[in-house]
Amino acid sequence: MKTIPEEEAKRRIAWRIAKEFNDSGRTLFINLGVGTPTMVADYIENPGVFLQAENGMLGLGPAAREAEKDLFLINAGRIPITERPGCSYFDSALSFGMIRGGHIDATVIGAFEVDGDGNIANWIIPNGKQLGVGGAMDLVAGAKKVYVAMTHRNRNGAPKIVSRCTLPVTGYGEADCVVTEYGVFDFSDGRLVLREIAPEITLEELRSITAAPFEAASSPVPMFLPPEAPEE
Amino acid sequence: MKESEEKKGLSGGKSMSAEEAIALVPQGARILISGFGNAGDPKMLIDALCASGKKDLVILSNDLGSPNADLGKLLTNGQVRGLIGTYYNWNPEVAAAYNEGRIFVELVPQGSFAEAVRAAGVGIPAFYTPTGVGTELAAGKETRSFGGRDYLLQEALSADVALLKAHRADPLGNLTYYKTARNFNPIMAMAADLVIVEVDEMVPLGALDPECVVTPHIFVDVLVPVR
Repeated sequence: MKTIPEEEAKRRIAWRIAKEFNDSGRTLFINLGVGTPTMVADYIENPGVFLQAENGMLGLGPAAREAEKDLFLINAGRIPITERPGCSYFDSALSFGMIRGGHIDATVIGAFEVDGDGNIANWIIPNGKQLGVGGAMDLVAGAKKVYVAMTHRNRNGAPKIVSRCTLPVTGYGEADCVVTEYGVFDFSDGRLVLREIAPEITLEELRSITAAPFEAASSPVPMFLPPEAPEE
Repeated sequence: MKESEEKKGLSGGKSMSAEEAIALVPQGARILISGFGNAGDPKMLIDALCASGKKDLVILSNDLGSPNADLGKLLTNGQVRGLIGTYYNWNPEVAAAYNEGRIFVELVPQGSFAEAVRAAGVGIPAFYTPTGVGTELAAGKETRSFGGRDYLLQEALSADVALLKAHRADPLGNLTYYKTARNFNPIMAMAADLVIVEVDEMVPLGALDPECVVTPHIFVDVLVPVR
């Protein structure tokens, strides 16, 4: 097993999830969480993908360059962004109406833990320093498909795909797909199934760093990877 | 039922200074304050509320700014009794004050918070939502099944006062907003007994396209033009 540097891991995860949306060829409405999920936007090539931000915007453009920053045009991570032609603004109740009402095709979120039942823990580490949930619970409950974008292990080297979430859960049975630097996993009829595996790892090694049992073909499909040189 | 404008002492028109407007806020008031991150909060009204020294306030808002900045100043000043909102990770003073027992904090998922404010404004006392079922934030909330899926009962969230931020207003109080500074403003305008709006730009009656008015003036009591 070859360790993949964190930045490369995140780029790979973001690119791989963007490929899902690029390959669909359909019009898709997508909400991206903060961190690695936000990086997905950099790799979206399907012009039919429209990004939604829960603070009240549909049709986000790219992050603002220094000269075009507007403090009152921000995404849900408070990062100054730009308008895409055809964008719109709306209040927070309508925004979450889009999410809860099943109008958002997919959300991409980060997570501390995902377990074999598709339970997601991503809103709080109870260390007495955090007090916030934001839109995390609404997004996992409301979006039609929930993609979890996360590195395979945490900073201490512990698996983040676990047999049972130990941290406070954001949504029960809500995960549909987990993408890490080592593979793509789907939740299908309550079973965790490996769809693709990265070239740096064997199936046996992958099982050793994944704390939930998963099904896999005897020789799983190789994971689709971004082009060698970062695209500018 | 809303008090008449005369009872609030507002018969002389809706425009006044921030200090005059904040003087109408009762001690210990429950106050809805708009904004998400640094966008859409009424900074001048917040400054005036800080300067007023009013205490025991319960603030209903998405977040609480940053330590000793914007809404965070109210907590730094010791004017807050409790918070109802969604996301305080941008202001670590909130967790510290909560851990020390100085304030109460009620966390509500952001979509449930927004809908609860809207519900209060449109005469709906509570609603069922799929958000948060089975989680720590479901504690004390009724669960009911519809069509085989579980939902949580979320009660409406109203307040004595709303402090809001609009981009343009006409003299009647019809409002438009600016980009993502809109966020909670239109729904909070419906959910308080006294609605005070800080306005970037006052425009003459008839200058706002009626098709583009976001908040009709029926919801607005006081206008405070930005100096």
